[in-house]
Amino acid sequence: MYLSLSQWRTQGSATERNDLQRVAFRLSPTIIALGIVSMLTDISSESVAAVLPLFITGALGLSMVAYGFLEGLNQGLSAVVRIAAGYAADRSDRPKHVALAGYGLSMVARVGLLFAQGFAGITAIIGLDRIGKGIRTAPRDAMIQHAAQPEHLARSFGVHRMLDTIGATIGPLLAFAVLFVVPDGFRAVFVVSLAFAVIGVAVLALVVPNTSLRAKPATGIGDGDRGGGPAATAPAGAGTAPAATAHAGPAGAGAGPATEASAVPAAVHATPAVPRPRMREIATPAMRRLLGTAGLLGLVTVGDGFVYLALMEHGHLQTAWFPLLFVGTNTVFLALAIPLGRVADKTNRATVFVLGHVALGAAYLAAAAGTGLGIVLLCLALLGVFYAATDGVLAALASQWSPPGAASTGIAAAQTVVAVARLAASTCFGVLWVVFGAVPTMTGAAVVLAAIVPLGLWLMAGAARRSDGGGQQTRPPAARRGSGVPGGGA
Amino acid sequence: MRPRARMLVLLLVTALALGGAGAYALSAYLAYQHRVSGPSQADVAVVLPQGPHVLFRNTAAGTGYGMVASVPLADPAGPRSLTDMPCDRVYRAAGTLSCMRTVRGVPTTFEEQVYDAAGARLGAWPLAGIPSRTRVSADGLVATTAFVTGHSYAGDAFSTETVIRSADGRDLGNLEDFTASVDDRELTAVDRNVWGVTFAADAQTFYATVASGGQTWLMRGSLSDRTLRAVASNAECPSLSPDGRHIAYKKRRGATMPVHWDIAVLDLATHKEQLIRLPNGLDDQLEWLDDRTLLFGQPRPNAVGDSDVWRLDAAAGSTPELFIEHAWSPSVQRR
Repeated sequence: MYLSLSQWRTQGSATERNDLQRVAFRLSPTIIALGIVSMLTDISSESVAAVLPLFITGALGLSMVAYGFLEGLNQGLSAVVRIAAGYAADRSDRPKHVALAGYGLSMVARVGLLFAQGFAGITAIIGLDRIGKGIRTAPRDAMIQHAAQPEHLARSFGVHRMLDTIGATIGPLLAFAVLFVVPDGFRAVFVVSLAFAVIGVAVLALVVPNTSLRAKPATGIGDGDRGGGPAATAPAGAGTAPAATAHAGPAGAGAGPATEASAVPAAVHATPAVPRPRMREIATPAMRRLLGTAGLLGLVTVGDGFVYLALMEHGHLQTAWFPLLFVGTNTVFLALAIPLGRVADKTNRATVFVLGHVALGAAYLAAAAGTGLGIVLLCLALLGVFYAATDGVLAALASQWSPPGAASTGIAAAQTVVAVARLAASTCFGVLWVVFGAVPTMTGAAVVLAAIVPLGLWLMAGAARRSDGGGQQTRPPAARRGSGVPGGGA
Repeated sequence: MRPRARMLVLLLVTALALGGAGAYALSAYLAYQHRVSGPSQADVAVVLPQGPHVLFRNTAAGTGYGMVASVPLADPAGPRSLTDMPCDRVYRAAGTLSCMRTVRGVPTTFEEQVYDAAGARLGAWPLAGIPSRTRVSADGLVATTAFVTGHSYAGDAFSTETVIRSADGRDLGNLEDFTASVDDRELTAVDRNVWGVTFAADAQTFYATVASGGQTWLMRGSLSDRTLRAVASNAECPSLSPDGRHIAYKKRRGATMPVHWDIAVLDLATHKEQLIRLPNGLDDQLEWLDDRTLLFGQPRPNAVGDSDVWRLDAAAGSTPELFIEHAWSPSVQRR
């Protein structure tokens, strides 16, 4: 990844455009900025998340029973808000404003946490934070898609997910370190968390350009990176979004204050803006297949917590290690997010996404076997591979198959489908766990997953045919990780 | 704004945010040092109480914050004597003291320690999660309930782990593995959670809360049979009276949000339940001061990390009175 603008190709002939090998990867400063925003926000939210149970029981003297009760409510709220915010971002064509509202709301929630007293207060504040998270993710991913080169879409999402995961790993460690120095310093953790939230919002407000997604810059740099190549790669007569791609939006080029975009001609073609999205149009045949596949696979994707618990069941690990297992998964995730995104771009994103679940199935089997430290490490690594192969790649897929101007809505739809499917999976899995025990349930899940993967491959092959004949694409929008990501998400 | 101006503003915001947070953390550190080493907010005596007393976690700011303390039963508002034993939850019976504590570190961990009457350690073992409830049986068995949470509140649930062990740590069973039944039908489902053990005088019987599918039951358990049988529904954190005739527990009021619990007292002979409505609710495992009086901890409003112990007549219509200030997790020693 490099930021130098010097190698930007000033000319790109149509013949080159489908040649993925020849479009040099250039990372948009916008994507780095958004990645840093996510990293800071994850440090903020995960540090609070790590100590919240302790704070509620230890400092506020409340039982977790009361707390656990809320979770279902919050999950539902988050899903509804997510779709509404995605739609609002498309409708207004101001994804940054919508994302800013989401990040801002979570920041306000951190302020509220400083004054939280009783259970009702905590409930309201966690709800507020969840709403903020629901609002921000889809518009944020749509901005990533917009800023990415279509040829390197999955890799660009990989960069973002890597930064995001770094934040999710630092957060809890930072919080425990603060509590280690100041044993009852929950407020200190909250103040530190607020500081990172404020900086995150400041980076978003001050550094990330206020782009319009409808108008696609054809040559912009920075946030307009799709330029040069992109229009290019749109296969002639592409099904769902023919005209969408290379349109030089005036807004696109002009909007990047921090991107030096002006060094490059702003627009090549000036084409009419894409009309406002309508909900029904989101469900293109390709999108339907993607949502179906992601949903099916999501139904066999249980929370990491279960995998970790299964590892603990074998008794080779001390209970004390439980809270640190996610560090292992996250390390592999962040190390492989970019390389696997790259592989997805060069081969076939849909295939990589589906095959990533093979790593998940292998992780289940490793958790079921669980003999010895080597298997434990292998299991954590496989989980990391799974996230690296699927999280950013799903985002890339959902975005590339969304109709033009509807990226945020499409992304939000994919996120919600995955989140709801995984929630259902975890609930169902919990039941089977108690009835059959850890090892049979883990093994069973791996078997079911093995059966679903070929079905997923078949569905996705159909989706690629229906979109525009090719696996790799032109129009990138973005989707987002579901709620089951290690570290809990952005 | 020009790019350079934006960068300056960003730098300024970053410096202010990090500087402010750093300054706050430092002051919190100094305040903590002051709190644990300064003079205590409560009257403190260095003499151990003679005769019957109440053991509790001291939450008065100053020296001894978070340590096990005690006051004589005859003078609960009088000076408290402190130990150097930090515990989140404490309980003592038959000379055996159970102490659930938090071990700070990266990550924070939790452990259980058991001491004999002379203060010698009998056993210690790691806990699966945050300390919640503990009780000791008449023959020195230790029950602990810990909340097991993931590292993220994005996780969709919590669960409890309730285990009974001998004082030296021998595992007598995770209560989730016991066969639970409601009206003689086995509760095979699933999302079972067990918490809040209270022991009967014999070495076999205990009571605990079993939850499943949003419902809770008071269940009578048998250690030898490894069974749990429902006695009443909507009952949490039971506590058996010293004479063994009544069980007091939390009873959830409707489907309100936030959750509100009142107190109910069940007469085991007549199976009559008496409800004591509490306007402010409660969230603690009750303790019996004597056969007719209950104790419970309540967080102190507007003071994070501080709480008081209240007493309440076990009769409908009674209202709580302050019993011990700056205290939590009471355990009554009647002899």
